[in-house]
Amino acid sequence: MISFTWLSAFRPGDKTIDNGLTEQWIEINGYIKITPENIIKILNPNPEFGQNVMTSLPMIIAEELDADWQKVVVEMGPHDSVKLGPQFAGGSNSVRMYWKPLREAGAAARQMLMEAAAQAWTVPIEEVTTKDGKLYHEKTGKSGTYGSFASKAASIPVPKGVKLKDVKNFNVVRNSKKNVEGLKIVSGKPLFGLDYKHEGMLIAMIEHPPGFGMKLKSFDASETLKMPGIKDVFVQKLYEEGFEQGGFDTRTFNDLLVVVGNTTWQVMTARKKLKLAWEPAGETKNTMSGRDGKREVIVPGELESTDAQLKKMQEYAKKPAQQLRKDGDPETAFKNAAQVIERTYNAPFLAHNCMEPMNFFAHVTDEKAMLVGPLQAPGWTKPTLSKLLNMPADKIEIQMTRMGGGFGLRAYGHYLFEAALISKKVKAPVKLVYTREDDMTYGIYRPMYTATYRAALDANKNLIAFHVKGGGIPEHAIHANRFPAGAVDNYLAEGWQIPSNITIGAFRAPGSNFNAAAEQSFLDELAEAMGKDPIDFRLELLQRAKENPIGKNNDYNVDRYAGVLKLVKEKSGWNKPENKKYSRGVAAYFCHNSYAAHVVDMIMKDGQPYVERVFSVIDCGIVINPDAAANMVEGAVVDGIGNAFYGGLTHKDGVVEQNNFNRYRMIRMYEAPKKIDVHFVQNDIDPTGLGEPPFPPVFAAVANALYKTVGKRVYAQPFMSQLTALRGF
Amino acid sequence: MITLNVNKKIYNVDVDPDTPLLWVIRDTLGLVGTKYGCGVAQCGACVVHMNGEAVFSCVTKVSTAAGQKVVTIEGLSEKNDHPLQKAWLELDVPQCGYCQAGQIMSAAILLKENKAPTDEDIDAAMSGNLCRCGTYLRIRKAIHLAAEIQRKGGKSQ
Repeated sequence: MISFTWLSAFRPGDKTIDNGLTEQWIEINGYIKITPENIIKILNPNPEFGQNVMTSLPMIIAEELDADWQKVVVEMGPHDSVKLGPQFAGGSNSVRMYWKPLREAGAAARQMLMEAAAQAWTVPIEEVTTKDGKLYHEKTGKSGTYGSFASKAASIPVPKGVKLKDVKNFNVVRNSKKNVEGLKIVSGKPLFGLDYKHEGMLIAMIEHPPGFGMKLKSFDASETLKMPGIKDVFVQKLYEEGFEQGGFDTRTFNDLLVVVGNTTWQVMTARKKLKLAWEPAGETKNTMSGRDGKREVIVPGELESTDAQLKKMQEYAKKPAQQLRKDGDPETAFKNAAQVIERTYNAPFLAHNCMEPMNFFAHVTDEKAMLVGPLQAPGWTKPTLSKLLNMPADKIEIQMTRMGGGFGLRAYGHYLFEAALISKKVKAPVKLVYTREDDMTYGIYRPMYTATYRAALDANKNLIAFHVKGGGIPEHAIHANRFPAGAVDNYLAEGWQIPSNITIGAFRAPGSNFNAAAEQSFLDELAEAMGKDPIDFRLELLQRAKENPIGKNNDYNVDRYAGVLKLVKEKSGWNKPENKKYSRGVAAYFCHNSYAAHVVDMIMKDGQPYVERVFSVIDCGIVINPDAAANMVEGAVVDGIGNAFYGGLTHKDGVVEQNNFNRYRMIRMYEAPKKIDVHFVQNDIDPTGLGEPPFPPVFAAVANALYKTVGKRVYAQPFMSQLTALRGF
Repeated sequence: MITLNVNKKIYNVDVDPDTPLLWVIRDTLGLVGTKYGCGVAQCGACVVHMNGEAVFSCVTKVSTAAGQKVVTIEGLSEKNDHPLQKAWLELDVPQCGYCQAGQIMSAAILLKENKAPTDEDIDAAMSGNLCRCGTYLRIRKAIHLAAEIQRKGGKSQ
């Protein structure tokens, strides 16, 4: 029974509650539990990494359930894909993929409660109404709380095809609600993987090779083992030879030298006493599973350096590449052009640098496995873990903690696999902890990219052909069907890639985060060459794509794309004289199903370019939680400015040259704008995603403003490196 | 044995005197609101108060903290009602939330010393705290709001 004191102490700010108060919860369906006292608990199904799904997803359920948000409590759901759906945080998909299922879950539960009341009152269900967690029958004047009918409702079969609310009648969704975990965050409650504790838990760390392309030759742990608290030092293989890796089972290194001890500091200190010898790993191979059976991928053995990588990219850029899309006859158009503009853009590897370094708790016994920690995609990880542990998936429990950032990196399960194998080996509960240095030098990075853009103009400065040829280490970023494809008669997109042993993966808006930077800078330069306003030029192209689209599969909606540009033009007072004191840069982009445009206002401050003000317009359909959504856009803008100016990871003979924040430059408060003015396009389109879309165009808006500020175009990230000494990065 | 005064509570801990205060607070005392982010005084996730000063607990040896008054986020206020905590909730500052305890602890010292900080004061005082999610604008705004709450008589430390 929930104690009276707890109920009376319950305040809207306390939106999450402690475990152990669950005896009286009556489960209506997988997402919804109700107490007789009419407290409604909603489980958030999806991993939380700062996108605020702990609040926004339950809001969707509460809306259709007609619950009183003040009386809703929220709890992180267990990993259970059967009951709670896909459970994947990434691709700006959380709200998008849960929108319909959660509305249906809320609406079905409401219907069950109405049915329960109708039966009890012996009235037709059509005459039962609901409001704020209560049921009413107007004719008889009867009413009751959801809590009083929860028990009965739970025995009613779940109805299918329940009518959903008209979006015009929403009163939870589209209203700003505070982060349900706000109080816990500001008071320092244990929320994160690193905060997790378990009886008898040991701490493990991995000593990985100093550079990519290397492996352990030999080690002497005698001094380490003498250190206080140290339990064991051993080599653990991640995958056995020929193990079939899934698409997100990326491994950075396979032979893991593991140090296990009692406390974090003891293990950190003892690691330094290891005597280690490393050697080049040479060429290795990964066995990847896939729809068409397994395939082997060769991993080169070279010890890579940034200068050599750049040179290699320049060589590859001259070679023939894979054609990704072709419209019209671009070769002839370029031959006949009155003017050809060609620019090449480069960007370095980026580290995710989540504030909470990678970590995971594992307790693996012969019978079962329990894992607790920060993870974006538990459903992808579990099958591999099951194979690795040789244990049926139903014996494996994964609990998802709040994540101290993710940005794509935590979609990869390697650190969970490592933790599980270590626990199995030492037969004890273990938390694997990456230090910041481990996290930064043992990562799965944003690839290194390059792209050459060419535009052909006729004698009247009309754009007659457009060509993009992009490459990368180890993959290119080109999305061939994106704008301006569809808006130009003659269009060619090509891609090439250079294999590498440096592990790469998803980083906030994969591919797009470079494409937008390059393409939107190029369009700015093109508009200037044509003597056109950069916004009007883009709108002209979009109008062209609308009236007479070229080619097939143009994967953007012209009206929504033009919509964000028009609105940012208006909101920023684009041509207003009072804004002339700023150097202004504009960029827009479509990715992950949503549309974003920014106007960046730059000044010089203390001799440095500074983005003082930003206007952002987003079209992501219906916005669930407007203030939290604005927070996310502000964050994306700051993230974009930071990575554009400072972000970059370089290599020397395989070794990552930045191993902590004193070498990897991150944006700080004094470099963040004074104001970011966020506007959402108002429409009734089902939500199309928000975490990623505002991020990519920031880079180009900054570059375009920088050109106005310092009179120089920047073609390589990080931009700061181009303003001081000229080098690759 | 080292005697620590953390959040007005006395602890006797048996640890290597060179252990950073951070790890004693987190691993030994079990107060996990103070975060590990870099271990080299670059990110500010580990900021605590020692005798009323903000310190990076990741580079402060526990022996240095012996006998000193240490305050962590858990001890900043009795009812989680420090003006900064109120302001943080009012403006819904956090995204992932990992850095926020450190941000609040840094800001608390600023507000103690400066009742009406300007943007520039705030930027300078907060330059040691990283936020990877980019909530800097809201942090700045929340510090202004907390200063206002404080001036209007809201409880301070």
